[in-house]
Amino acid sequence: MWNYERRLEFPVNIKEANADIAQAIISQYGGPDGEMGASMRYLSQRYACPYREVSAVLTDIGTEELAHLEMVAAIVHQLTKNLSMEQIEASGFRNYYVDHTVGIWPQAAGGVPFNACEFQSKGDIITDLMEDMAADETFTHTQSKLPVDYNWRQICPMYFIIIAPHFNIIN
Amino acid sequence: MNAQFSSEQEKLLHDIGVLSFVVIELSLYLDTHPTDQNAMKYFNHYNNLANQARQEYSARYTPLTLSCADASACDDWKWALAPMPWEGGCN
Repeated sequence: MWNYERRLEFPVNIKEANADIAQAIISQYGGPDGEMGASMRYLSQRYACPYREVSAVLTDIGTEELAHLEMVAAIVHQLTKNLSMEQIEASGFRNYYVDHTVGIWPQAAGGVPFNACEFQSKGDIITDLMEDMAADETFTHTQSKLPVDYNWRQICPMYFIIIAPHFNIIN
Repeated sequence: MNAQFSSEQEKLLHDIGVLSFVVIELSLYLDTHPTDQNAMKYFNHYNNLANQARQEYSARYTPLTLSCADASACDDWKWALAPMPWEGGCN
């Protein structure tokens, strides 16, 4: 079972609303390399794992991914909660808004819903660990493709954790 | 990160975040190095500090976990009434 701790793993205090960024960040929630896939991957793979230490790692990392999932949702929520209709209609967020308004829903940046086909659980620990390492790299790659022409430091202090390490720019 | 806090509560929550981060990273290391005595000492030190800070925060402000919630200490159920952690920003 799990216990909820009523705080974010790292604080999220977005300074200015921005619908376009929300449309990109939602992919880290329910996209092909997002936190939902990450958490379900590790938490599903652990049962068939024959090594207790590895099951422990999969459990603890999977649990931490749930904390990341919550941070990403907090970012999208804060970026969108006070948008005006004009801002929504002028942005790439308008199509998401038609289906979900400002509710948090797991989808990729391009609108594809979260799908369990985005991870594997094969019952073979070597296969699963190889898949985990590949997933870690695709996650890093996705983060490097988030739009760079925003003032991320202004928008989100969490920049230092989720974005800056994957660019060669720390401004 | 240069941390500047607007209140004691914010500072304490920040400290809990820092301590918990150390505890999580140490626990992941210990999962695959379960006989490392030095790492276990390190873990115990920071885990105790994190637990104390969590208890202190919950007693002074609002409960962080159900196990820290003391229903005898006040008239209302603060677990439900306290702000949710995603409520900050863009106000």
